[in-house]
Amino acid sequence: MQSLFQQIKAGQLWDFHGGIHPPARKQHTSQKPIGRLALPDRLYVPLRQHIGVPGALLVAVGQHVLKGQPLTFANNAMAVPVHAPTSGTVLAIEPHIAPHPSALPELCVVIAPDGLEQWRERHPLHLPECDRLSLLQRIQDAGIAGMGGAGFPTHLKTGAASGVDYLIINAVECEPYISADDVLMQEFATTIVKGIDILCELSGPKAVLIGIEDDKPLAIAAMQAACSQREQYLVKTVPAKYPSGGEKQLIQLLTSKEVPAGRRPLDIGIVMQNVGTVFAIAQAVLEDMPLISRIVTVVGDSLTQPQNVLALIGTPVGYLLDACGFSPEPAQRIIMGGPMMGFTLPSVSVPVVKTSNCILAPSQAELPSASNEMDCIRCGACAEVCPAVLLPQQLLWYSKAKDLDKLKEYNLADCIECGACAYVCPSEIPLVHYYRVAKAEIREQSRDELKAEQAKARFEARNERLEQEKQQRATRNQALALQRQQLMAEQQKNREIEQAQQRVAATSDTATELSKEQIIALREQKKAAARAYQAEKATQQSMQHSADTADAAAANEPAAASLPATQPAQSQPEITSDPRAAAVAAAIARAKAKKAQTEPGETSVVVPAATAVAAEPILDTRAAAVAAAIARAKAKKAQAEPTPQPLPAPTAAPVKPQSDDSGASSHDAAASSDTDRDANRETAKRQALAAAIARAQAKRQQTDAGSVAMSHVPQSAHSTATTTKITDTPDTSALAKSTAATPDTPADDPRKAAIAAAIARAKAKQQQLSATDPKDQA
Amino acid sequence: MSFRIASSPHHHSQQHTSVLMQKVILACLPGIACQVYFFGYGVLLQLVLAIITAWASEALVLRLRQKPVLPRLKDHSAMLTAVLLAVSIPAFAPWWIIVLGTAFAIIIVKQLYGGLGHNLFNPAMAAYVFLLVSFPQQMTSWLPPLTLQAQQQQVLDPVCAVFTDFSCAGYSLTQLKTDIDGMTMATPLDTLKTDLSTGKTISESLQQPVFDSIGGLGWNYVNLAFLIGGLWLLQQKVIQWRIPLAVLGSLGLCSLIGYLIDPDLHASPLFHLLSGGTMLAAFFIATDPVSASTTLRGRLYYGALIGLLIYLIRSFGGFPDAVAFAVMLANLAVPLIDYYSRPRTYGHKPKGSY
Repeated sequence: MQSLFQQIKAGQLWDFHGGIHPPARKQHTSQKPIGRLALPDRLYVPLRQHIGVPGALLVAVGQHVLKGQPLTFANNAMAVPVHAPTSGTVLAIEPHIAPHPSALPELCVVIAPDGLEQWRERHPLHLPECDRLSLLQRIQDAGIAGMGGAGFPTHLKTGAASGVDYLIINAVECEPYISADDVLMQEFATTIVKGIDILCELSGPKAVLIGIEDDKPLAIAAMQAACSQREQYLVKTVPAKYPSGGEKQLIQLLTSKEVPAGRRPLDIGIVMQNVGTVFAIAQAVLEDMPLISRIVTVVGDSLTQPQNVLALIGTPVGYLLDACGFSPEPAQRIIMGGPMMGFTLPSVSVPVVKTSNCILAPSQAELPSASNEMDCIRCGACAEVCPAVLLPQQLLWYSKAKDLDKLKEYNLADCIECGACAYVCPSEIPLVHYYRVAKAEIREQSRDELKAEQAKARFEARNERLEQEKQQRATRNQALALQRQQLMAEQQKNREIEQAQQRVAATSDTATELSKEQIIALREQKKAAARAYQAEKATQQSMQHSADTADAAAANEPAAASLPATQPAQSQPEITSDPRAAAVAAAIARAKAKKAQTEPGETSVVVPAATAVAAEPILDTRAAAVAAAIARAKAKKAQAEPTPQPLPAPTAAPVKPQSDDSGASSHDAAASSDTDRDANRETAKRQALAAAIARAQAKRQQTDAGSVAMSHVPQSAHSTATTTKITDTPDTSALAKSTAATPDTPADDPRKAAIAAAIARAKAKQQQLSATDPKDQA
Repeated sequence: MSFRIASSPHHHSQQHTSVLMQKVILACLPGIACQVYFFGYGVLLQLVLAIITAWASEALVLRLRQKPVLPRLKDHSAMLTAVLLAVSIPAFAPWWIIVLGTAFAIIIVKQLYGGLGHNLFNPAMAAYVFLLVSFPQQMTSWLPPLTLQAQQQQVLDPVCAVFTDFSCAGYSLTQLKTDIDGMTMATPLDTLKTDLSTGKTISESLQQPVFDSIGGLGWNYVNLAFLIGGLWLLQQKVIQWRIPLAVLGSLGLCSLIGYLIDPDLHASPLFHLLSGGTMLAAFFIATDPVSASTTLRGRLYYGALIGLLIYLIRSFGGFPDAVAFAVMLANLAVPLIDYYSRPRTYGHKPKGSY
């Protein structure tokens, strides 16, 4: 079994599927020498003549340029510059109709030649002294792009340093009419071979295969002669068949290899260059002549002198046609490129560019324009000739149905648009046109899909971000809530502990729910107590000199003062926790004081009532209010007659020592009554002094009073049952703590006591409000 | 000045549909001439009737479908259908047979499916089957070759027979079919089938007067004439070699196998290839592009299937000839064949080697 290389060396050729044999009609031009034309009036040099991006402009309007002077420079790997084809003046830099099927205008440098053909300075390279980089740089700087049709930047194609097995020189020129490469090889075979030398220097292939169709005997002979000294340069004659000049087809013809779908020839170790490109490389490197002209076949029955001409890049097509004796017929077609793959021009002002190999002006008889499209008869002739082995007929159906998925399944992308299928179609269906439209739709669709995908990704990213933020917020909130809850739980616990303590303090109480009525009643009670207190205060003020009533008033005082404050504010926390209990205690105290007094007097009237009252509230809080009112009224009555009151005062005086003696066992109410009595009896000064002493005593006594009061509290336990409810609130207990600092002062000084009571009241209210608030919120 | 804008390619082979159809019709001429020579000019009458009916039906339906009539009549596809049907039915069949058949072919089988290029079945063969199952007696009343006919055929006999069911002399079709010995004559394939069913061997059967040294008298020349026409079509690249070769190859192979197994019960490959409508089927019927497979490989399968079916129906089926049935059954299989015979596109790996 021979290796592939041996087979190729032995001259073996392969074949590709399909292909057609349209009449070549090359003999009109291939036998004539290359025509040299005079300079045209204007040159329109498009900035972009290749696949890629245009270079950056180097010239300005009005500037004089020399022949070969770059008009743009390559600022990008995908850019190749363009050059002034001759010396002259830049007239304008403006959009001009471009040689493209769309005929859209593109930016062109318009040059008015001065006819001097003045060259810029040239620096030919000497091959042995050149390195790869400078060669590639020169190829790019010379503006060389594939001249076979696609216009791919040549420096990119030749840049591949290794892995090139075969360099194929495409001189097949399979399209009918075109003979530009044919005459180029006939006249410049040696230069072409030098160009091949440069390419071999760059990529070092095993062999160079020069593919030429067998209908170009002169070119074959010239090339064989030029290659005779180089044994790895193989001139391969391939049978004339369209489209054997297609890159993939020629590779298959010469090497039997197939370029895998979606890959490049380099991937299978092959680089292909058009013979015109090779010539341009040789000129650029060896003569420093950038790509400013090319050979163009100007042909067609509408011309009297069809021929190949050397045309400057930028020459308007009309100028070339006129130079060849153009006599247009009605509805004349002017085709740039060959009859199979060329495109019609809307105007003769379109300039020749680097990829323009042919200008065809056929007569109607020569190339009849397409007649009406008929129905497909499924003859399958298209499938028979397709060089890509597609099923053009199925592709047509799916193109018409816009079934893009099926089109992909049937490999529409592999269509090279050679036009063989449309050439043979008996129904004259413009198949290639359908495929182009379908390909554009697929491109559009994939672009849309990409867009939609990007939009989707953006949207999802945004959603994710929002979700993350939301989650972060939620976790933060949760943490805070947890902290709050813990705090609240702690508070609750404290509260419970306190409540429990209070409950213990208040002994076993069957804490029942407070009804609305009860709350109202309590409020009434408080109000009543407050009023009583105020009345008390007033009485006290007026009674500072009347000992008689002071006794009773003093007896009432601590309780009254403690009432509005709702409890603990005053001396004994136990008692103060319950205003009623305090009242009761006060009543008891009064009663005791009365007992201690020799003469019962008016106060004795009050006492039974008070005790009665104290007993009553056990069952009814309303009754307590009533009792309080009665007590108030009595107090008022007492206040109303200050004159008779002074009388009992002296009578009360003897009690003092007794009460002082019994003060240890009695409570501070008795003590205060003592001071009052002292004050009444002696002068104000003395009174104050005595009061201070008494206060001190009272303080001392007070320490015991707690236990004394405690002994009273159990008696009034029933009555306090309801009121403890109110004191259950933590705020009030807190208040109790805060106010506990000044427990006894009110007892000494009624005014101070009043102020303290007022403050305590306010505080209690505030606390109560703030305490109920969170509860509401909870 | 303005220039005409067109999409590439700007070149065309100028092999238009109408040209293809014309060439196919032309290629039928040798076969038709042969039929005339052996069986009288009745076939020409049938041709004229068929073509007129085809044009009329096509025009009628196109008008109903509001399509341009003339351009489509000019593609000659209706005429070709008419020609193929006319050469397939007995030359002396009554006029209404061919008129009915052609109208059925054009209106039902072709136009109702969407016109040229859209029909699932070969119109001529579908019409033939329609006629055969509807009017079996008229469709099988083939006259023996002129040389074997007892009554000398008069000049106007075909006309009288086609339009009146009787010859000018008043003989019925059955009488015309009777040979000198008073035996009713049938087609060679029919005769062979009948003889085999009565226990005769092939060689015994071949002693019948309807046979000559190779096969059916006259029929083998008709087949040879169609073969010549078909070869010309190949040369003209109107048809491709795959389907005819596959049909003939498959039929030849099958009959060869049968012949090798038992030459007494199975006719020779040559007999099969030159009998009945074999050549007509291989070059003119099966190659109808519309109803045939469209892939290159698929066409081989399609042709081979037709050849196999022809042999099976001829040898084991109830009908003496089987071209129409074989072609229609293969038509049914075309979408499947097309789908599974897609070629490997350039640069793609073969199916299943991913």
